[in-house]
Amino acid sequence: MMSRAEITTEVIDPHALLAHVEDPASGAVVLFLGVVRNHHEGRAVQAMRYDAYDEMAQDSLEEILAEAQERFGVRHLCAVHRVGELGIGEVSVAIAVASAHRADAYEASRYVIEEIKVRLPVWKKEHFEDGTSEWVAGHKPEASAEGGA
Amino acid sequence: MKVRALFFASYREIMGGAEFDVELPDGATVSDLITLLRGRDDAASVLPSDPAVAVNRSYCTSDALLVDGDEVAVIPPVAGG
Repeated sequence: MMSRAEITTEVIDPHALLAHVEDPASGAVVLFLGVVRNHHEGRAVQAMRYDAYDEMAQDSLEEILAEAQERFGVRHLCAVHRVGELGIGEVSVAIAVASAHRADAYEASRYVIEEIKVRLPVWKKEHFEDGTSEWVAGHKPEASAEGGA
Repeated sequence: MKVRALFFASYREIMGGAEFDVELPDGATVSDLITLLRGRDDAASVLPSDPAVAVNRSYCTSDALLVDGDEVAVIPPVAGG
C-alpha cells in the first residue's frame, strides 16, 4: 500500500493520479478535482494565486493521506496540490482513491479534501475582474497539544 | 537564542518579507515571539495577537517554548483546495 502527496507548480494531470492508484484488487476509484471557478461571493474572479509553506504542506498532505488510509482501509491514495498562478478552469487540487469497494473510497476522498481545507498550509488570492485582489479568508488550523518536535 | 520566522500570504505582506531571523531571550515562547514581531513597526502591529503558528513544521500552541534554531512559521487562516 502506498500514499503519495505532492505540492507542485506543474499543471495537474488527473490521468497520472489515476495511474498511480490503479490496481486489480480495487473495484472502485474515486477522483476529486478542485477547479478554479469564475465567481466568489457574487464577485467575478479572473484568476487565482496559490501559495504554500511547501515543506510543511508536503508533510501535512502525506499525513492526511495516511490518516485516510488508516480510517477507511482503502488500498491506494494520492493527492496533488498545485501552487502559483492559476486560471479559471484549471485544477488546483486532485485526490485519487482506490479501494476494494466504493463506500470507503468516497469517504476517504471526502475526508482528504475536508482536512486539506482546515489544516493544509496553503493560501489562495483571488484576482477579481475589477482589478483588485484579495486573500481568501480561511480556517485557523488547530494546534496539537504537543508540537515543535 | 535565534529563531527563523517565516511569513506567508497576507502576513508576508503585513511583515514586508518572507522570512527573517529574530533574537529572543532563552525561555521565550511562541507568544513572546509574536509580541516582538507585532512591535516591529506600524504595519506589523496589524498581525493578530494569537495567530496559528507552526514550529519546525508542526502546529503549536502559543505557550510552546522555543529553542535556538527553531523554524517558526506564522500561519494565516488556511485556504487551500
